[in-house]
Amino acid sequence: MSEGTADDVLLEARGLTKMFGSFTAVENVDFAVQRGELFGFLGPNGAGKSSTMRMIGAVSPATSGTLRVFGLDPAADGPRIRARLGVVPQEDQLDQELTVQENLWVYGRYFGLSRAQVKERTAGLLEFAQLSERAKDRVEPLSGGMKRRLTIARSLISSPELLLLDEPTTGLDPQARHLLWDRLFRLKRQGVTIILTTHYMDEAEQLCDRLVVMDHGRIVAEGSPRSLIEQYSTREVLELRFDAHDHAEYAGKLAGIGERVEVLPDRLLVYTEDGDAAAAAVHSRGLAPLSSLVRRSTLEDVFLHLTGRTLVD
Amino acid sequence: MSQQTDVFAGRGAHGVRPPLSTAERIGSVVWYQVVVYKRTWRGTIISRFVSPLFFLLSMGIGLGSLVDARSGGVGGVPYLQYLVPAIVAVQAMWVSIGESTYAVLGNLMWDRMYQTMLGTPLRVRDVLAGHISAVVGHIAMASVIFVAVAAAFGGFSSWGAVWCVPVAVLTGLAFTVPVFAFTATQESDSGFNILFRLVVTPLMLFSGTFFPVESLPVWLQPIAWVTPLWHGVEASRAVALGTVDPPWLALHLSVLVAFVVVGWVLAVRLFTRRLVK
Ligand SMILES: Nc1ncnc2c1ncn2[C@@H]1O[C@H](COP(=O)(O)OP(=O)(O)OP(=O)(O)O)[C@@H](O)[C@H]1O
Ligand SMILES: [Mg+2]
Repeated sequence: MSEGTADDVLLEARGLTKMFGSFTAVENVDFAVQRGELFGFLGPNGAGKSSTMRMIGAVSPATSGTLRVFGLDPAADGPRIRARLGVVPQEDQLDQELTVQENLWVYGRYFGLSRAQVKERTAGLLEFAQLSERAKDRVEPLSGGMKRRLTIARSLISSPELLLLDEPTTGLDPQARHLLWDRLFRLKRQGVTIILTTHYMDEAEQLCDRLVVMDHGRIVAEGSPRSLIEQYSTREVLELRFDAHDHAEYAGKLAGIGERVEVLPDRLLVYTEDGDAAAAAVHSRGLAPLSSLVRRSTLEDVFLHLTGRTLVD
Repeated sequence: MSQQTDVFAGRGAHGVRPPLSTAERIGSVVWYQVVVYKRTWRGTIISRFVSPLFFLLSMGIGLGSLVDARSGGVGGVPYLQYLVPAIVAVQAMWVSIGESTYAVLGNLMWDRMYQTMLGTPLRVRDVLAGHISAVVGHIAMASVIFVAVAAAFGGFSSWGAVWCVPVAVLTGLAFTVPVFAFTATQESDSGFNILFRLVVTPLMLFSGTFFPVESLPVWLQPIAWVTPLWHGVEASRAVALGTVDPPWLALHLSVLVAFVVVGWVLAVRLFTRRLVK
């Protein structure tokens, strides 16, 4: 954990609320991000992650509450804040008619970079995005993952201090995802603060120093991945699959085994400190699961516990 | 690669860049439009250069010979020279509306380029001013070329013709800026058909382009007075023919400026409503 003083707080939200008409998308959330941190927002569809990111990105005004980014108020100093940000929106917004490199050139100019600076940076960024061979191709026929990588490269053209990534790896293949993780670590080591949202638990677990879990516009938990798992789950999980249409009917038969049982449509999760012992107990009751698997708890379990939902799309 | 390490070195350590000047902000948006135009200019050739030329040949020279033979032109001016300055203004309207409808809606809804720009230091008014400046470039370019071609066909009697270009730019702006505001209210391109049928075509026919407004039925004449095109046509004709009446010219230009100013206030408001949520 970072032991920052108040001076190191890059971003602070208090009572932050976003309403669309009478609908509350983000309700009274508090969080702070330290300089150099890699901070995550985790939550199901519609939780309010993008709405929060857009407020931080100074493109969407807060309905109420206070928000300070670099100590500045987005309502008053939007351009000054945005000059120091790199943004990857959830939906790629590329000019499909222009070439890959033209998209970068044009974007860099919005930050006041000279043409020479923009061109100089483009080569390295395309290398990073593994798009060097496509530099002169139009964007439109590129694959979804290539467009995503281009959007990520574009966000870096202005050397941002704070990077906002809204589901950066959605649509990327595993190789590209891991490459991006590696690059994010490198950026972090160079002092860049990174905030991301994700649906991938492994991503959140691997990348984030700290994260908040959002649900229905509220923050329901906050901490490091490790501490969240310790706080909201057990050490191990026993996954059981039965030959049954409704796994709920088996839940009762497991009473007393483990600390808690979650029922999913296709399996049961038994939360326990000792998975093997729990498995033995299940068998000793004469129950014969089709499959039985012991694993460590992950953020997925934290998420399931907190929101009652799995995050698998 | 050294290139690559360079890109990642010292990231975030660049400190705070000085804020962009207004010219840099607007210039960056214009530059985007220039890059786009490099890719799309071929598609604009017909509407921009060929159509006005057809008007010049058919109406100016074809119809013109008839008019000149019957009545010695319009008020003593050969019909071609009467018509050409008006076509310059009409073309400014065409180009303006062509550039302020689909392209703007596309940037709003389809490729969301305005949203992209607003994620950078640019503000709504920079994005608007930049795109509108690019449209001004289109109008100026189209007008210069048309004036040159028309001059070669004998469409002008004096060097006053060069003044047709700035008048055309102002006339075009008087359409561009309000039409930007209109487009900001549209959810699909179906509204544009109404704009073309109910505004562009009637204006071209009834704004004193082909014949003096005084030839219209009395009840139709006031309509011309409140439309930008009539003022643009009158101003363009006055500077081209050297028949400038200063108070009238001032009035025409003021009306055009008023359209630009009111359009700007509306456009900033409507774009903000649309884009800042
Ligand atoms: N411009 C808008 N107008 C009206 N409602 C909106 C708008 N943007 C978001 N919402 C609503 O706010 C809620 C939160 O949306 P948001 O996009 O922030 O969720 P999210 O956590 O990013 O979801 P996802 O994981 O699907 O991206 C949703 O119910 C959404 O419909
Ligand atoms: Mg989202």
